[in-house]
Amino acid sequence: MTVTALGAAVRRKEDHRFITGKGQYTDDINRPGQAHAYFLRSPHAHATLKKIDIAKAKAMPGVVAIYTGDDVAADKVGGLICGWMIHSKDGTPMRAGPHPILAQGKVRYVGDHVAVVIADTLSQAKDAAEAILVDYGVLPANADTAKAQSGPEVHVEAPNNTVYDWHIGDKAATEAAFKAAKHVTTLEIVNNRLVPNAMEPRAAVGEYDSGNDALTLYTTSQNPHVARLVLSAFIGIAPEHKLRVVAPDVGGGFGSKIFIYAEETVCVWAARKCGRPVKWTADRTEEFLCVAHGRDHVTRAELATDAEGKITGLRVKTIANMGAYLSTFASSVPTYLYATLLSGQYAIPAIYAEVDAVYTNTSPVDAYRGAGRPEATFVVERLVEAAAREIGMDPAAFRRRNFITKFPHQTPVIMMYDCGDYKASLVKAMEMADVKGFGKRRREAAKRGKLRGLGYSTYIEACGIAPSQAVGSLGAGVGLWESAEVRVNPVGTVEVLTGSHSHGQGHETTFAQLVSSRLGISIDNVSIVHGDTDKVQFGMGTYGSRSGAVGMSAISKALDKIEAKAKKVASHVLEAAEADIDFKDGKFTVKGTDKSVDFGTVALNAYIAHKFNPQELEPGLKEGSFYDPTNFTFPAGCHICEIEVDQETGVATIAKWTAVDDFGNVINPMIVEGQVHGGIAQGVGQALLEGAIYNKDGQLVTASFMDYAMPRAHDLPSFDVGMTVTPCPSNPLGIKGCGEAGAIAAPAAVINALTDALGTEEVPMPATPQALWTVIQKQSRAAIAAE
Amino acid sequence: MYPFKYQKAATVRGAVSLLGKAEDPKLLAGGHTLIPTMKQRLASPKTLVDLSGAGLSGIEQKGRNIVIGAMTTHAEVAASPIVQQAIPALAQLAGHIGDPHVRHRGTIGGSVANNDPAADYPAALMALGATVHTSKRKIPAEEFFAGMFATALDEDEVITKIAFPVPAKAAYVKFPNPASRYAIVGVFVAKKGSQVKVAVTGAGSGGVFRHTAMEEALAKRFNPKSLEGVGTPAADLNGDIHASADYRAHLVGVIAKRAVAAAIA
Ligand SMILES: Cc1cc2nc3c(=O)[nH]c(=O)nc-3n(C[C@H](O)[C@H](O)[C@H](O)COP(=O)(O)OP(=O)(O)OC[C@H]3O[C@@H](n4cnc5c(N)ncnc54)[C@H](O)[C@@H]3O)c2cc1C
Repeated sequence: MTVTALGAAVRRKEDHRFITGKGQYTDDINRPGQAHAYFLRSPHAHATLKKIDIAKAKAMPGVVAIYTGDDVAADKVGGLICGWMIHSKDGTPMRAGPHPILAQGKVRYVGDHVAVVIADTLSQAKDAAEAILVDYGVLPANADTAKAQSGPEVHVEAPNNTVYDWHIGDKAATEAAFKAAKHVTTLEIVNNRLVPNAMEPRAAVGEYDSGNDALTLYTTSQNPHVARLVLSAFIGIAPEHKLRVVAPDVGGGFGSKIFIYAEETVCVWAARKCGRPVKWTADRTEEFLCVAHGRDHVTRAELATDAEGKITGLRVKTIANMGAYLSTFASSVPTYLYATLLSGQYAIPAIYAEVDAVYTNTSPVDAYRGAGRPEATFVVERLVEAAAREIGMDPAAFRRRNFITKFPHQTPVIMMYDCGDYKASLVKAMEMADVKGFGKRRREAAKRGKLRGLGYSTYIEACGIAPSQAVGSLGAGVGLWESAEVRVNPVGTVEVLTGSHSHGQGHETTFAQLVSSRLGISIDNVSIVHGDTDKVQFGMGTYGSRSGAVGMSAISKALDKIEAKAKKVASHVLEAAEADIDFKDGKFTVKGTDKSVDFGTVALNAYIAHKFNPQELEPGLKEGSFYDPTNFTFPAGCHICEIEVDQETGVATIAKWTAVDDFGNVINPMIVEGQVHGGIAQGVGQALLEGAIYNKDGQLVTASFMDYAMPRAHDLPSFDVGMTVTPCPSNPLGIKGCGEAGAIAAPAAVINALTDALGTEEVPMPATPQALWTVIQKQSRAAIAAE
Repeated sequence: MYPFKYQKAATVRGAVSLLGKAEDPKLLAGGHTLIPTMKQRLASPKTLVDLSGAGLSGIEQKGRNIVIGAMTTHAEVAASPIVQQAIPALAQLAGHIGDPHVRHRGTIGGSVANNDPAADYPAALMALGATVHTSKRKIPAEEFFAGMFATALDEDEVITKIAFPVPAKAAYVKFPNPASRYAIVGVFVAKKGSQVKVAVTGAGSGGVFRHTAMEEALAKRFNPKSLEGVGTPAADLNGDIHASADYRAHLVGVIAKRAVAAAIA
């Protein structure tokens, strides 16, 4: 049997299913008697709900039921929760307004859920929704992040629209560092708001089994167990043993499917109430309006340096837009996932960061690929690049002067970096990118009328998320371990039940590779089961690049137990002492003899239980593990972007992209490279193309692909991807994680290249052609004025 | 989508007669503009009259004209050896409309009838001096386009084909919207004998327009340099989040120069 080793670039097992159209997504699930839900959504960003008249709509053909916030209140259905408690500077808990699944009294963003219409067909549901009369008392909207704290009040619970004003680091030490600084670099940074846009829109089917008084929810989730926990314990839909949550094939999430949303909650609640399975699939417009968005920070950042070009302090003040309601993990993103990474790859003695989280009349904002870490990397890497230029140092040399070189390293902002070699990835990337030849390329570009620039991003992220006690002490409402169960069948094939959830990452392949390499069986004899709370033991799901570092570590621990038990069985089969049994390449051997038995035979013997006394050794071969990580993991690396700007049009074209990442040990380099490519594409999207824009009335101007620019293959060069490896010391496989790196690294590399090309630090993101043309115009006007 | 009746016309005459008697009818070509608006419930025709069986697709050279049937898809125009040979700029324009799905469904007749102010074909029709043949008459391009999403077509009139005179030199350069890839500015230049026509799409607040100042400058000398100093008043142009009127005015100049350069290359 062929073993697939760790590190082998095998093709993905799941792709046959996906590329032949045999994937089973939530929208592919149809239940007998199913009805369709359509949500009547607010056209206003901010309004009181004076009256909702459903009488006419209820009488329309095919209508099964219409529910509003009043029905939700009458049924005492709980509101959606935010699962991470953040405290303000003065120690008071964050101020969160209620988040009902159907609006009560007020709507707070365009798309807010006013009513649900359930009908035999979707078309009938839409017809009836058009017949609902809503009397809105329109209020002024609050849609500008920077001015949110003085804008119209979104929730009475949050004075000045401030959910919390939080801080981290040593204020006094940082102020002292700035007082003593030789040079201070200051940047005003807007981290643009993004719409996740997974290829598969969100969808849900709720079903009630009256015979067993049990509910099933099929939903597009990255973490079905957490969804069940929240729906049961907090929202009160049904106790956990009466609620099954299934997340079948999921077509991308990027964080946006971690959260528990109003629509899926309504589907499962309404299924019992109306006695029919209830199905809802978002159309793209609903996704634009109502999926949790990402980023949206306004930041003032300062870096203090001494006469030798050493960083002595970092000071950051950020306003983070939470949107109209707190989404499931929203509060943690601009705090513990952001400010704790502000040390970057650098030894910075003093850091102080303040973050104000604000309510606005916009869609909720939560974790999106990278979640906080792209924002942190952007702040740090823009500052470092700008500081190097200001003090006249080469940006690479400036970085090297400030790199952390000794590990473990305790930063001033909680994190304890366990390992890394930042110089190695920088040096390798510079070689691959031929930085030496850049001057020549820049001159050649100038001849063609193009401004060419080069930008670095030496990023770090914290992944795995994370030791449960540590996150608990920081306010997390859950533990962040992962679970696995390994079931060996009597014929030696294996099923792995994992609490991780694959929505594009390729777990069916990489997890099978681990089993294959450990047990010496083919990856074709391993199946990975995930995404169903009735099948899989409790698990925490997939986000934060955690499935390798945490999810696979749990599998590895379970495999340790399988191996130990199998050795016991083998010792009986081989009639030798357990201590004399070796296991390698799928074979159990007796030390110093040629006696051996293969894994399959041992598995069979474990089940037939003829060769040992079942009173001493239990039959069967099935083991589980709950693995709690001992630290975050710290993937890091260096991306170098070379870009050309057409001075006449403002169009920026990426000429060259080099990425050298340290993800620790790599299970499948092909899949890892794919993750890097996708991440860079998303990061380039943020830097050059994507930006969710609300106008002053709180209308989303970019509510379709006609106006929201997604990156296309055309916008990207071929990526030159390399790796360095420092195995992660804090998990058994030495894995750090790779899912978010590209999206974290890329924006700063692009903008640093553009600021280099244009010779000004004032380049906004996204750097669209119009934005760059405006910068160029401003420069030429200034040049003319100077003459 | 609201319910509607579907009818397939076997001939142009059949289509016209259905337009006359069916309840609230609308012609269906590639459906790439019409169907999305129906799905979003922004349009609600009661009857769709499908032109796909009316024998309106095909490309032929007729004397000094290239004649393209209304139902000819963008992909067919792009791949046509006749078009590539006689008016390569037109083939290239069609090859850059939308994406492969759009090009294999969308038709020249549908695009022209729709007269989206950011569509590509209207610029070609105007600059090449094309004639729109309909079930009733022949309409010169100049008279056909009547402002944003408006044309000279009557309610019961069907575009049958479009005749493009073959130019001596021509080129189309498009500055795409980063999101939709429609034209923010698209400039089609064509030279035939001593006459030069410059048509601009994407930019004008009234849809496609001829840039007469540029035409005069280029008639003297057909070279990008002739366009230096020839301005475009921003007051008549569109502005949106992707491009202000000023930026569009600037782009018209840049893109026109590139189009002329491409035409003489
Ligand atoms: C994603 C996407 C991207 C696109 N990108 C571009 C682009 O970059 N550039 C561009 O120019 N266009 C673009 N389009 C538009 C595309 O070219 C459409 O095909 C075109 O606008 C309409 O053509 P259709 O054949 O689909 O017409 P339909 O949608 O079927 O019809 C459009 C309108 O024309 C009428 N009509 C159709 N045929 C006739 C006829 N023979 N006589 C009279 N009236 C008729 C219909 O009644 C309807 O009102 C894009 C479309 C999409 C969906």
